[in-house]
Amino acid sequence: MGVLLTLPILIPLFTAALCLLAWRWWRVQRVLGLVSAFALLCAAAALLYRVRTEGIQAVQIGAWPAPYGISLVADLFSAMMVMITGILGAAVAVYSAGSLDKARQSFGYYPLYHVLLMGVCGAFLTGDIFNLYVWFEVMLMASFVLLALGGGQGQIEGALKYVTLNLMASSVFLAAVGLLYSVAGTLNMADLARKLRHAPEPGIVTVLAMLFLVAFGTKAATFPLFFWLPASYHTPPVAVSAIFAGLLTKVGVYALIRVFTLIFVRDDVYVHTLILVIAGLTMVTGVLGAIAQNEFRRLLSFHIVSQIGYMIMGLALFTPLGLAGSVLFIIHNILAKSNLFLVSGLAQRFGGTFDLKKLGGLYEEHPALAVLFLVPALSLAGLPPFVGFFAKLLLIKAGLEAGSYVIVAVALGVSLLTLFSMMKIWTEVFWKPAPQRHPAVRRRAGAGLWASTASLAALTLALGIAAGPAFDLSRDAAAQLVNPQSYIDAVSRAHR
Amino acid sequence: MTSGILRTTSRLLKPLLLIFSIIVLLRGPNAPGGGFVGGLLAAAAFALQAISTDVASARRGLHVSPQVLMGAGLALATLSGTVGLLAGRPFLTAQSVAIALPWGGELRLGTALAFDASVYLVVLGAVALIILTLAEE
Repeated sequence: MGVLLTLPILIPLFTAALCLLAWRWWRVQRVLGLVSAFALLCAAAALLYRVRTEGIQAVQIGAWPAPYGISLVADLFSAMMVMITGILGAAVAVYSAGSLDKARQSFGYYPLYHVLLMGVCGAFLTGDIFNLYVWFEVMLMASFVLLALGGGQGQIEGALKYVTLNLMASSVFLAAVGLLYSVAGTLNMADLARKLRHAPEPGIVTVLAMLFLVAFGTKAATFPLFFWLPASYHTPPVAVSAIFAGLLTKVGVYALIRVFTLIFVRDDVYVHTLILVIAGLTMVTGVLGAIAQNEFRRLLSFHIVSQIGYMIMGLALFTPLGLAGSVLFIIHNILAKSNLFLVSGLAQRFGGTFDLKKLGGLYEEHPALAVLFLVPALSLAGLPPFVGFFAKLLLIKAGLEAGSYVIVAVALGVSLLTLFSMMKIWTEVFWKPAPQRHPAVRRRAGAGLWASTASLAALTLALGIAAGPAFDLSRDAAAQLVNPQSYIDAVSRAHR
Repeated sequence: MTSGILRTTSRLLKPLLLIFSIIVLLRGPNAPGGGFVGGLLAAAAFALQAISTDVASARRGLHVSPQVLMGAGLALATLSGTVGLLAGRPFLTAQSVAIALPWGGELRLGTALAFDASVYLVVLGAVALIILTLAEE
């Protein structure tokens, strides 16, 4: 009991410790890292299965009872996020083992990678808002070093922007947590949910909600606080940017969804209209920013921002269908986005550059890579039969049901522009005739690189074909989010 | 450029600091003190050595690299938390056994002390890594 909930944190922690012990033997670290990434995947799958069959799981760390001790809680949404973390963690671990240079691998890449995974899993599982802050910091520290590790000027510059903006968001977050504690006298999220429902001064609660919106909004890269993301994500090695692109902003989105469905639910009209406006603006600015880009990964980075808009659109609508759409969209987006970054790495390997203008002809030389690009790209643009289509369909339907026609129009328009952007990559990288290649470019890539990229594309396709079960899962996750009482009850009966 | 006075006193101070750091660590579970303060004190001892003689001798004094100290600490922390899991309680639940001493009284050994020791190792490793790296620059 409770072991399954702790494993997604314990496995990466223990791996990081072992990797530090094996500091001088980076090959040992690589093997450890791979084994542990797959162990995490299995643990996450077991947790998801348990939550699916037996309902929300909760445990009190150190057997200190709630609300004083720290709760770990896994509802379906958390378990799904941990699962996708496991999938991505394994895929990128395989990819990085085959693509990173020796200097980075021997200088702490593996311990940091697993600390990052631990931070992400911890953020998804914790039921305590201060503990959530701690996990955010764990994640931030690991990601900062990963971003700067072994870097030249470009990497350091990107890392500085990244860390400055994120530290500011963290301090807003911390201040908000402190104020929240002074208002409610508790930090346990389930307890907060119960207490704030009858808060004597709703005005203060709304102010706190806004502070959390700013803090998590920055971490999630929503409009207007997104500019740190395209400034930094294209600088580190591809494996690092792939894991960042997939997971980090989504932890911010997760936190937004968690606090605005569990804690700040009183004042929905005002706050949710604001979130809806932010969602629309995020979609539009992201996609417009992408159009002007000619660097493969910078273009993708702007699309990360744009897609965040869709995720919080479901939150803003605050209907079961909308939240189900958000959940499915997050899952789809993590798969597709990381997949595209991995493809960009392979394209750079074969074409020698990330510059779209200088790439070309890869369809002729590597037709398999073209297919691997098309699957996530079309899913991102929202074309059937990929899972992106179904996620967007849910969001659009929820928008129409709620009568928010403007956001529906925006979402559809942005989809078209996304398709346009993806087709631009297609024509520049794959379709147009190959330019003069630098003689030093490689013609081959290891099996690990292909396998990890292909497995993510296969998942995008599989989730599209099995859209029924995926939808059921998201719908049930959303049902738990809409009705926080089950979450509160689970924490009050938590295992001690 | 190191001064003779500093060198001589630090030779005396270093073992004192280390012993004191262990005492602070052992007090941890029941009284003020603990792994964090203990680790800082121990790191201060090595920092003193690095300043008074040179960085290389401080590194030799540590015997293992700071990364290994951190790794050992983290591993110990994980293991000490897992004892609770193996006993069927949540992760990090304190478990202890009392050993009767031959001269009367009892000695209580538990995961709390092991966890404190792990904090000691991580803090010592991290601070030593920072100080030694900066001192080498």
